[in-house]
Amino acid sequence: MLHQPITKNYHDFIIERDPEKCIQCQVCVRQCSYGAHIYNEKDERVTEDEARCVGCHRCEALCPTEALTIRRNPSEFRENALWAPQFIKNIYKQADTGGVLLTGMGNPYPYPVYWDRMVLDASQVTNPSIDPLREPMELRTWLGSKPDAIEVEMKKGKPNLTTQFLPQLQINYPILFSAMSYGSINLNVHVGLARAAEELGILYNTGEGGLHQSLYKYGENTIVQCASGRFGVDSKYLNAGVAIEIKIGQGAKPGIGGHLPGEKIGKEISITRMIPEGSDAISPAPHHDIYSIEDLRQLIYALKEATDYEKPVFVKIAAVHNSAAIASGIARAGADVIAIDGFRGGTGAAPTMIRDNVGIPIELALASVDERLRQEGIRNRVSLLAAGGIRCSADVVKAIALGADAVYIGTAALIAVGCTVCQRCYTGKCPWGIATNDPYLAKRINPDIAHRRLANLVRAWGHEIQEMLGGMGLNAIESLRGNREKLRGVGLNEVELNILGIKHAGA
Amino acid sequence: MEINAQGIYYKDLNDIIRKAIRNGEENFILRNVNGQRYIADGISKKISMEVYGVPGQDLGAFMKGPRVVVHGNAQDGVGNTMDVGKIVVEGMAGDVVGYGMRGGRIHIKGDAGYRVGIHMKAYQDKIPVIVIGGKAGDFLGEYMAGGVIILLGMFSQDAAKPIAGIFMGTGMHGGVIYVRGEVDPHQLGFGLIPKELDGEDQKNLKIYLKEYCDDLDIDLRKVLSVPFKKVVPFSHRPYGNMYAY
Repeated sequence: MLHQPITKNYHDFIIERDPEKCIQCQVCVRQCSYGAHIYNEKDERVTEDEARCVGCHRCEALCPTEALTIRRNPSEFRENALWAPQFIKNIYKQADTGGVLLTGMGNPYPYPVYWDRMVLDASQVTNPSIDPLREPMELRTWLGSKPDAIEVEMKKGKPNLTTQFLPQLQINYPILFSAMSYGSINLNVHVGLARAAEELGILYNTGEGGLHQSLYKYGENTIVQCASGRFGVDSKYLNAGVAIEIKIGQGAKPGIGGHLPGEKIGKEISITRMIPEGSDAISPAPHHDIYSIEDLRQLIYALKEATDYEKPVFVKIAAVHNSAAIASGIARAGADVIAIDGFRGGTGAAPTMIRDNVGIPIELALASVDERLRQEGIRNRVSLLAAGGIRCSADVVKAIALGADAVYIGTAALIAVGCTVCQRCYTGKCPWGIATNDPYLAKRINPDIAHRRLANLVRAWGHEIQEMLGGMGLNAIESLRGNREKLRGVGLNEVELNILGIKHAGA
Repeated sequence: MEINAQGIYYKDLNDIIRKAIRNGEENFILRNVNGQRYIADGISKKISMEVYGVPGQDLGAFMKGPRVVVHGNAQDGVGNTMDVGKIVVEGMAGDVVGYGMRGGRIHIKGDAGYRVGIHMKAYQDKIPVIVIGGKAGDFLGEYMAGGVIILLGMFSQDAAKPIAGIFMGTGMHGGVIYVRGEVDPHQLGFGLIPKELDGEDQKNLKIYLKEYCDDLDIDLRKVLSVPFKKVVPFSHRPYGNMYAY
């Protein structure tokens, strides 16, 4: 190892290969898209280059004799509370390349996770809990702008609603699949998401990559996205789904645009994005037709006009310091749904510094937005979607109690189809076949299995949500929305409790 | 169909137009238009429309097919994310003309504002073209990924102004901007320099300008009497080497 550069020594993982079990079958060589396993023809033995291992565990999972174990590299730097290993390694990498550090998935650092500092209530003695296995339990949610008041007239002794509603979307679970573009993930995953959304009666989101021809038939369960690059956006696309989402920001990279490099723009992606093969797909940081709330209103209504006011318009923003005031502006600009993406939200590629240092936790942003809209008396005008780091059904329940109408899940959905959160999506070499459009890798995802696993996940969460609701004595998800009395903080200070609008446990 | 747009709220006006199109109407004359937004927005039929007065923001946004002639000035957002068709403006146009435009033609007789032709893109047989007879503001053709912008500088309200603002073509990675006469290199975005036209450029330019001159009754020979310069990307991957993989 003497002649190795220092970056080779301090690699993240070691590959343990049990020589007793290894049969030199080379499955690991074929499975590893990073070239960490190497077959040495001369010695007829499989060896490894541990510096290339990303810790995705694909080889370990597929080794037929269980000969492989991937471990953290125990070789450590001299301990230093300031110079944690990632800072040292990043500097090595940048000194080598002179480049901006890239990463994938969401912020992994130990900022406080407020979901884990909030606990839910349950009924005891004074009001009965409800058993969802034997009693009705409503998870159905309607997304869209609600009127300030409703008017009813009596017709032949029966009440008749006369108020005209803006378009509403019915979803059977308060869970949607968040925007992931065709390009960042492949068509097999998109098909899985679309079919699962159809089966579940929920929605998936195209992201800013256009809509593949074969997916137009899932329109009833599709949200199409209109982002700053306007890729794949034409009138057919805008009318293809049941809603249009204007993407202003993303939790993993607030304030910056996107960049799908030319080498990832193959034939199908080129057709779907409507740009030439091999050309860079650059999404500008802002929409250059939106520099103000008034401009946002202009695009919202341009989209409504283009779709004859039949579709709710979502506006998605990253959770940032002034989210509450911004959300108020968005509601007044005429959006039907506001999606807020917290700083733990995932991404196919983002500069590491942005992902790990920009934005705020979704729990705080959501609570402050809901509170602000209530104070201003306009909470009914929009539905709120919370996104960015929703890991389990309890997170969903807590998000709704904090004020969300529903949540977006992205990372959780990818984990359901096999992602191990190795954070290398930006390389386009995902060995699990998810964040890649290399045909050899992409076929590792079977759309039928992806569909089944996604549907299983949401259905399982649905059961758990029903159990938690029933335990609290509620029989409809609507009764939970913004019901912060059902939450208590554990180990939170007064400022945090105030922002979350909850009491401390015991109070 | 002739519509007197005076005093009609934009939503009602556009509703009348959409309903008429559904009923098979193909020719529209709108009179006394005064700032009504979103005219011809998202229309996917080959209708023809003449607008008298000043249409409001986002004229022809997302449109796919119509031919719209404005006998007057237009405001911001003309042809926003437009796909197919043509918009002819006999006066001036505001900011953000042809944002993310993917096909069709926008022919403006006079000046245009800031941020014109940002992120235009071309794909297969769809090549968007914006021709500006006057001058343009800053950020013309920023992020341009494809298509053609032609800047003439001939019919401007402001003789003293340079032909374009600053940051022209910043970050462009496709397409071409043709400028009649000279353009000062300091007005261009990073890494760009004005270049001479080749034979292919001359041929295409003449085709685009002939159509423009026919639409606006301008003498083509006079337009072509001064040589053009072109601005093209210095790289199709301007940000290709930015990252540490």
